[in-house]
Amino acid sequence: MREFRGQSLSWQLAGGVCELALHREPANEIGTALLVELEQFAAALEALQNEVCAVILYSRLRRGFCAGADLRELYQRMQGLTVEQRIAGVRQFLERIHAVLNRLDTAPATTIAAVHGICFGGGLELALACDVIVADRMARFCFPELRLGIIPGFGGIPRLKRDVGNAVVRDLLLTGRSINAQRAHAVGLVAQLAAEGKALEVARATAQQVAKFDPVTRAAAKQFIKPVPYEELRREMDIFCELFARPVVDEGLRKFVESTAALPYLP
Amino acid sequence: MRTVEQTLEEILNLAAEHFRVPRTQLSPDDDFFKTLRIDSLQALELLTRLEQHFGVELPDYEFQGVTDFRTLADRIQARL
Repeated sequence: MREFRGQSLSWQLAGGVCELALHREPANEIGTALLVELEQFAAALEALQNEVCAVILYSRLRRGFCAGADLRELYQRMQGLTVEQRIAGVRQFLERIHAVLNRLDTAPATTIAAVHGICFGGGLELALACDVIVADRMARFCFPELRLGIIPGFGGIPRLKRDVGNAVVRDLLLTGRSINAQRAHAVGLVAQLAAEGKALEVARATAQQVAKFDPVTRAAAKQFIKPVPYEELRREMDIFCELFARPVVDEGLRKFVESTAALPYLP
Repeated sequence: MRTVEQTLEEILNLAAEHFRVPRTQLSPDDDFFKTLRIDSLQALELLTRLEQHFGVELPDYEFQGVTDFRTLADRIQARL
Protein backbone atom coordinates (compact mmCIF):
# COMPACT_ATOMS: atom_id res chain seq x y z
CA MET A 1 0.00 0.00 0.00
CA ARG A 2 1.41 3.37 -1.01
CA GLU A 3 -1.56 5.48 -0.09
CA PHE A 4 -4.46 5.43 2.31
CA ARG A 5 -7.65 7.44 2.58
CA GLY A 6 -9.33 7.07 5.95
CA GLN A 7 -12.03 8.77 8.00
CA SER A 8 -9.57 10.65 10.22
CA LEU A 9 -6.39 10.80 8.18
CA SER A 10 -4.97 10.11 4.74
CA TRP A 11 -1.45 9.51 3.56
CA GLN A 12 0.46 8.95 0.38
CA LEU A 13 4.03 8.12 -0.54
CA ALA A 14 5.60 9.82 -3.55
CA GLY A 15 9.24 10.42 -4.38
CA GLY A 16 10.43 9.10 -1.05
CA VAL A 17 8.28 11.54 0.92
CA CYS A 18 5.23 10.32 2.80
CA GLU A 19 2.67 13.02 3.56
CA LEU A 20 0.11 12.31 6.26
CA ALA A 21 -2.87 14.66 6.47
CA LEU A 22 -5.08 14.77 9.56
CA HIS A 23 -8.69 15.65 8.73
CA ARG A 24 -10.94 14.63 11.56
CA GLU A 25 -13.47 17.35 12.40
CA PRO A 26 -13.65 19.46 14.43
CA ALA A 27 -9.96 19.73 15.36
CA ASN A 28 -8.29 16.32 14.85
CA GLU A 29 -9.05 15.15 18.37
CA ILE A 30 -7.26 11.86 19.03
CA GLY A 31 -9.86 9.25 19.87
CA THR A 32 -10.21 5.60 18.95
CA ALA A 33 -10.96 6.23 15.26
CA LEU A 34 -7.87 8.35 14.71
CA LEU A 35 -5.75 6.00 16.82
CA VAL A 36 -6.71 3.00 14.69
CA GLU A 37 -5.68 4.82 11.52
CA LEU A 38 -2.44 6.02 13.14
CA GLU A 39 -1.69 2.39 14.04
CA GLN A 40 -2.26 1.36 10.44
CA PHE A 41 0.02 4.18 9.29
CA ALA A 42 2.77 3.17 11.73
CA ALA A 43 2.64 -0.40 10.44
CA ALA A 44 2.74 0.79 6.82
CA LEU A 45 5.65 3.11 7.58
CA GLU A 46 7.61 0.17 8.93
CA ALA A 47 6.79 -1.95 5.89
CA LEU A 48 7.84 0.88 3.54
CA GLN A 49 10.90 2.00 5.53
CA ASN A 50 13.33 1.29 2.71
CA GLU A 51 11.43 3.66 0.43
CA VAL A 52 10.59 6.49 2.80
CA CYS A 53 13.16 9.27 3.29
CA ALA A 54 10.90 11.73 5.04
CA VAL A 55 7.45 11.91 6.59
CA ILE A 56 5.40 15.08 6.86
CA LEU A 57 2.48 15.26 9.28
CA TYR A 58 0.06 18.13 8.80
CA SER A 59 -3.58 19.04 9.17
CA ARG A 60 -6.08 19.88 6.46
CA LEU A 61 -8.36 21.58 8.97
CA ARG A 62 -8.32 25.34 9.26
CA ARG A 63 -8.45 25.28 13.08
CA GLY A 64 -5.05 23.76 13.40
CA PHE A 65 -2.82 20.76 13.75
CA CYS A 66 -4.56 18.93 16.59
CA ALA A 67 -6.54 19.88 19.69
CA GLY A 68 -5.33 16.81 21.61
CA ALA A 69 -7.07 13.76 23.01
CA ASP A 70 -10.76 13.33 22.33
CA LEU A 71 -12.00 14.25 25.79
CA ARG A 72 -15.65 13.84 24.86
CA GLU A 73 -15.08 10.26 23.78
CA LEU A 74 -13.00 9.62 26.88
CA TYR A 75 -15.72 10.99 29.14
CA GLN A 76 -18.50 9.05 27.42
CA ARG A 77 -16.54 5.80 27.58
CA MET A 78 -15.99 6.26 31.31
CA GLN A 79 -19.64 6.39 32.16
CA GLY A 80 -21.02 3.34 33.98
CA LEU A 81 -17.55 1.87 34.58
CA THR A 82 -15.89 1.16 37.91
CA VAL A 83 -12.68 3.03 38.74
CA GLU A 84 -10.67 -0.11 38.00
CA GLN A 85 -12.35 -0.52 34.62
CA ARG A 86 -11.73 3.14 33.78
CA ILE A 87 -8.05 2.87 34.59
CA ALA A 88 -7.72 -0.37 32.63
CA GLY A 89 -9.43 1.23 29.63
CA VAL A 90 -7.34 4.39 29.68
CA ARG A 91 -4.12 2.41 30.19
CA GLN A 92 -4.92 0.25 27.18
CA PHE A 93 -5.49 3.39 25.07
CA LEU A 94 -2.23 4.92 26.34
CA GLU A 95 -0.27 1.75 25.58
CA ARG A 96 -1.56 1.86 22.02
CA ILE A 97 -0.83 5.55 21.41
CA HIS A 98 2.61 5.17 23.01
CA ALA A 99 3.36 2.26 20.66
CA VAL A 100 2.46 4.45 17.67
CA LEU A 101 4.44 7.46 18.87
CA ASN A 102 7.46 5.33 19.75
CA ARG A 103 7.45 3.89 16.23
CA LEU A 104 7.20 7.38 14.77
CA ASP A 105 9.93 8.58 17.12
CA THR A 106 12.32 5.81 16.03
CA ALA A 107 11.41 5.55 12.34
CA PRO A 108 14.55 5.64 10.16
CA ALA A 109 12.92 8.33 8.01
CA THR A 110 13.15 11.97 9.07
CA THR A 111 9.78 13.04 10.43
CA ILE A 112 8.49 16.59 10.14
CA ALA A 113 5.42 18.07 11.80
CA ALA A 114 4.03 21.02 9.81
CA VAL A 115 1.98 22.86 12.40
CA HIS A 116 -0.56 25.63 12.05
CA GLY A 117 -3.24 26.89 14.44
CA ILE A 118 -3.67 24.96 17.66
CA CYS A 119 -1.24 22.27 18.71
CA PHE A 120 -2.54 21.36 22.15
CA GLY A 121 -2.13 18.45 24.54
CA GLY A 122 -2.01 15.20 22.59
CA GLY A 123 -1.49 17.20 19.41
CA LEU A 124 1.70 18.66 20.84
CA GLU A 125 2.70 15.16 21.96
CA LEU A 126 2.24 13.91 18.41
CA ALA A 127 4.38 16.76 17.07
CA LEU A 128 7.04 16.12 19.71
CA ALA A 129 7.49 12.56 18.46
CA CYS A 130 8.65 14.05 15.14
CA ASP A 131 12.23 15.06 14.44
CA VAL A 132 11.54 18.57 13.24
CA ILE A 133 8.63 20.92 13.94
CA VAL A 134 7.90 23.56 11.33
CA ALA A 135 5.39 26.11 12.61
CA ASP A 136 3.17 28.66 10.94
CA ARG A 137 3.55 32.03 12.69
CA MET A 138 -0.05 31.78 13.93
CA ALA A 139 0.47 28.38 15.60
CA ARG A 140 0.02 28.00 19.36
CA PHE A 141 1.34 25.28 21.64
CA CYS A 142 -0.08 24.20 24.98
CA PHE A 143 -0.25 21.46 27.60
CA PRO A 144 -3.64 22.20 29.22
CA GLU A 145 -3.94 18.86 31.06
CA LEU A 146 -3.51 20.14 34.63
CA ARG A 147 -6.85 21.92 34.41
CA LEU A 148 -8.43 18.45 34.21
CA GLY A 149 -6.45 17.08 37.14
CA ILE A 150 -4.17 15.00 34.94
CA ILE A 151 -0.80 15.33 33.23
CA PRO A 152 -0.01 14.78 29.54
CA GLY A 153 -0.24 11.03 28.94
CA PHE A 154 0.98 10.45 25.38
CA GLY A 155 4.66 10.93 26.28
CA GLY A 156 4.67 14.71 26.12
CA ILE A 157 6.64 15.49 29.26
CA PRO A 158 9.68 13.25 28.61
CA ARG A 159 9.77 14.22 24.94
CA LEU A 160 9.49 17.95 25.65
CA LYS A 161 12.18 17.58 28.33
CA ARG A 162 14.37 15.87 25.74
CA ASP A 163 14.11 18.91 23.46
CA VAL A 164 14.02 22.00 25.70
CA GLY A 165 15.13 23.20 29.12
CA ASN A 166 13.35 22.03 32.24
CA ALA A 167 12.21 25.58 33.04
CA VAL A 168 10.30 25.71 29.76
CA VAL A 169 8.69 22.34 30.51
CA ARG A 170 7.62 23.61 33.93
CA ASP A 171 6.25 26.85 32.49
CA LEU A 172 4.12 25.02 29.92
CA LEU A 173 3.08 22.17 32.17
CA LEU A 174 2.47 23.98 35.46
CA THR A 175 0.75 27.10 34.10
CA GLY A 176 -1.09 25.38 31.26
CA ARG A 177 -0.64 28.53 29.20
CA SER A 178 -0.35 28.47 25.45
CA ILE A 179 2.67 29.97 23.74
CA ASN A 180 2.92 31.31 20.23
CA ALA A 181 5.18 30.01 17.47
CA GLN A 182 7.82 32.70 17.93
CA ARG A 183 8.20 31.86 21.61
CA ALA A 184 8.21 28.12 20.79
CA HIS A 185 10.95 28.79 18.25
CA ALA A 186 12.95 30.88 20.71
CA VAL A 187 12.96 28.10 23.31
CA GLY A 188 13.87 25.40 20.78
CA LEU A 189 10.57 23.56 20.55
CA VAL A 190 10.01 24.71 16.98
CA ALA A 191 12.86 24.20 14.52
CA GLN A 192 11.66 26.43 11.70
CA LEU A 193 9.16 29.26 11.42
CA ALA A 194 6.99 29.64 8.35
CA ALA A 195 4.82 32.49 7.13
CA GLU A 196 1.08 32.18 7.61
CA GLY A 197 -0.29 29.31 5.56
CA LYS A 198 3.19 28.20 4.49
CA ALA A 199 4.15 25.53 7.04
CA LEU A 200 3.46 22.66 4.65
CA GLU A 201 5.43 24.36 1.88
CA VAL A 202 8.41 24.82 4.19
CA ALA A 203 8.09 21.23 5.42
CA ARG A 204 8.10 19.97 1.83
CA ALA A 205 11.27 21.92 1.06
CA THR A 206 12.85 20.43 4.19
CA ALA A 207 11.78 16.93 3.13
CA GLN A 208 13.38 17.43 -0.27
CA GLN A 209 16.63 18.39 1.43
CA VAL A 210 16.45 15.35 3.73
CA ALA A 211 15.87 13.05 0.75
CA LYS A 212 19.32 13.95 -0.66
CA PHE A 213 21.17 12.21 2.18
CA ASP A 214 22.36 8.64 2.38
CA PRO A 215 19.61 6.70 4.22
CA VAL A 216 21.95 4.69 6.44
CA THR A 217 23.81 7.82 7.59
CA ARG A 218 20.54 9.69 8.12
CA ALA A 219 19.11 6.90 10.26
CA ALA A 220 22.34 6.51 12.25
CA ALA A 221 22.48 10.25 12.96
CA LYS A 222 18.90 10.23 14.17
CA GLN A 223 19.39 7.19 16.36
CA PHE A 224 22.45 8.81 17.94
CA ILE A 225 20.96 12.22 18.62
CA LYS A 226 17.37 11.26 19.49
CA PRO A 227 17.30 8.65 22.25
CA VAL A 228 13.83 7.58 23.31
CA PRO A 229 13.29 8.07 27.07
CA TYR A 230 11.47 4.76 27.53
CA GLU A 231 11.74 4.67 31.31
CA GLU A 232 10.29 8.16 31.73
CA LEU A 233 7.59 7.44 29.17
CA ARG A 234 6.54 4.42 31.24
CA ARG A 235 6.63 6.48 34.43
CA GLU A 236 4.52 9.21 32.88
CA MET A 237 1.90 6.64 31.92
CA ASP A 238 1.85 5.25 35.48
CA ILE A 239 1.44 8.72 37.00
CA PHE A 240 -1.32 9.50 34.53
CA CYS A 241 -3.21 6.35 35.52
CA GLU A 242 -2.74 7.06 39.25
CA LEU A 243 -4.14 10.58 38.82
CA PHE A 244 -6.90 9.44 36.49
CA ALA A 245 -8.50 7.32 39.23
CA ARG A 246 -9.56 10.35 41.27
CA PRO A 247 -13.02 11.99 41.30
CA VAL A 248 -11.46 15.39 40.48
CA VAL A 249 -10.66 14.10 36.98
CA ASP A 250 -14.21 12.92 36.42
CA GLU A 251 -15.40 16.36 37.49
CA GLY A 252 -12.84 18.12 35.29
CA LEU A 253 -13.82 16.10 32.24
CA ARG A 254 -17.52 16.63 32.93
CA LYS A 255 -16.99 20.39 33.17
CA PHE A 256 -15.06 20.42 29.92
CA VAL A 257 -17.59 18.31 28.04
CA GLU A 258 -20.54 20.31 29.33
CA SER A 259 -18.80 23.69 29.16
CA THR A 260 -20.46 26.60 27.43
CA ALA A 261 -17.62 28.91 28.46
CA ALA A 262 -16.35 31.30 25.85
CA LEU A 263 -12.83 29.95 26.19
CA PRO A 264 -13.14 26.24 27.04
CA TYR A 265 -9.70 25.51 25.60
CA LEU A 266 -8.01 27.89 28.00
CA PRO A 267 -6.82 26.83 31.42
CA MET B 1 4.84 54.57 25.72
CA ARG B 2 1.32 54.03 24.45
CA THR B 3 -1.63 55.28 26.46
CA VAL B 4 -4.38 52.79 27.22
CA GLU B 5 -6.61 54.66 24.76
CA GLN B 6 -4.03 54.20 22.00
CA THR B 7 -3.75 50.51 22.89
CA LEU B 8 -7.53 50.17 22.74
CA GLU B 9 -7.68 51.86 19.35
CA GLU B 10 -4.98 49.57 17.98
CA ILE B 11 -6.82 46.49 19.28
CA LEU B 12 -10.04 47.60 17.61
CA ASN B 13 -8.26 48.23 14.31
CA LEU B 14 -6.47 44.92 14.48
CA ALA B 15 -9.63 42.94 15.32
CA ALA B 16 -11.51 44.60 12.48
CA GLU B 17 -8.73 43.79 10.05
CA HIS B 18 -8.20 40.20 11.19
CA PHE B 19 -11.86 39.24 11.23
CA ARG B 20 -12.74 41.43 8.26
CA VAL B 21 -15.45 43.50 9.86
CA PRO B 22 -15.88 47.25 9.36
CA ARG B 23 -14.01 49.13 12.08
CA THR B 24 -17.07 51.34 12.58
CA GLN B 25 -19.01 48.31 13.85
CA LEU B 26 -16.68 47.84 16.82
CA SER B 27 -16.93 49.73 20.10
CA PRO B 28 -14.71 49.54 23.21
CA ASP B 29 -17.37 47.99 25.42
CA ASP B 30 -18.56 45.39 22.91
CA ASP B 31 -18.53 41.74 23.83
CA PHE B 32 -16.04 40.77 21.15
CA PHE B 33 -17.23 37.16 21.04
CA LYS B 34 -20.66 38.41 20.01
CA THR B 35 -19.66 41.39 17.87
CA LEU B 36 -17.00 39.47 15.95
CA ARG B 37 -18.98 36.21 16.08
CA ILE B 38 -15.92 34.25 17.10
CA ASP B 39 -15.38 31.10 19.14
CA SER B 40 -12.66 30.28 21.64
CA LEU B 41 -10.16 29.15 19.03
CA GLN B 42 -10.62 32.30 17.00
CA ALA B 43 -10.09 34.24 20.22
CA LEU B 44 -6.71 32.53 20.45
CA GLU B 45 -5.98 33.71 16.91
CA LEU B 46 -6.74 37.24 18.05
CA LEU B 47 -4.43 36.73 21.03
CA THR B 48 -1.61 35.65 18.71
CA ARG B 49 -2.20 38.68 16.49
CA LEU B 50 -2.12 40.95 19.52
CA GLU B 51 1.13 39.38 20.73
CA GLN B 52 2.68 39.92 17.32
CA HIS B 53 1.43 43.49 17.05
CA PHE B 54 2.46 44.63 20.53
CA GLY B 55 5.59 42.49 20.68
CA VAL B 56 4.73 41.01 24.08
CA GLU B 57 3.63 37.66 25.44
CA LEU B 58 0.07 37.60 26.72
CA PRO B 59 -0.57 34.56 28.93
CA ASP B 60 -4.01 33.34 27.95
CA TYR B 61 -5.10 32.69 31.55
CA GLU B 62 -5.07 36.43 32.12
CA PHE B 63 -7.83 36.72 29.53
CA GLN B 64 -10.16 34.20 31.14
CA GLY B 65 -13.43 35.99 31.64
CA VAL B 66 -12.41 38.98 29.49
CA THR B 67 -14.99 39.60 26.81
CA ASP B 68 -14.81 43.32 26.00
CA PHE B 69 -12.16 45.32 24.15
CA ARG B 70 -11.67 47.86 26.94
CA THR B 71 -10.74 45.25 29.55
CA LEU B 72 -8.57 43.55 26.95
CA ALA B 73 -6.72 46.84 26.45
CA ASP B 74 -6.20 47.19 30.22
CA ARG B 75 -4.71 43.70 30.43
CA ILE B 76 -2.39 44.31 27.48
CA GLN B 77 -1.34 47.72 28.80
CA ALA B 78 -0.07 45.98 31.94
CA ARG B 79 2.34 43.99 29.78
CA LEU B 80 3.69 46.86 27.66
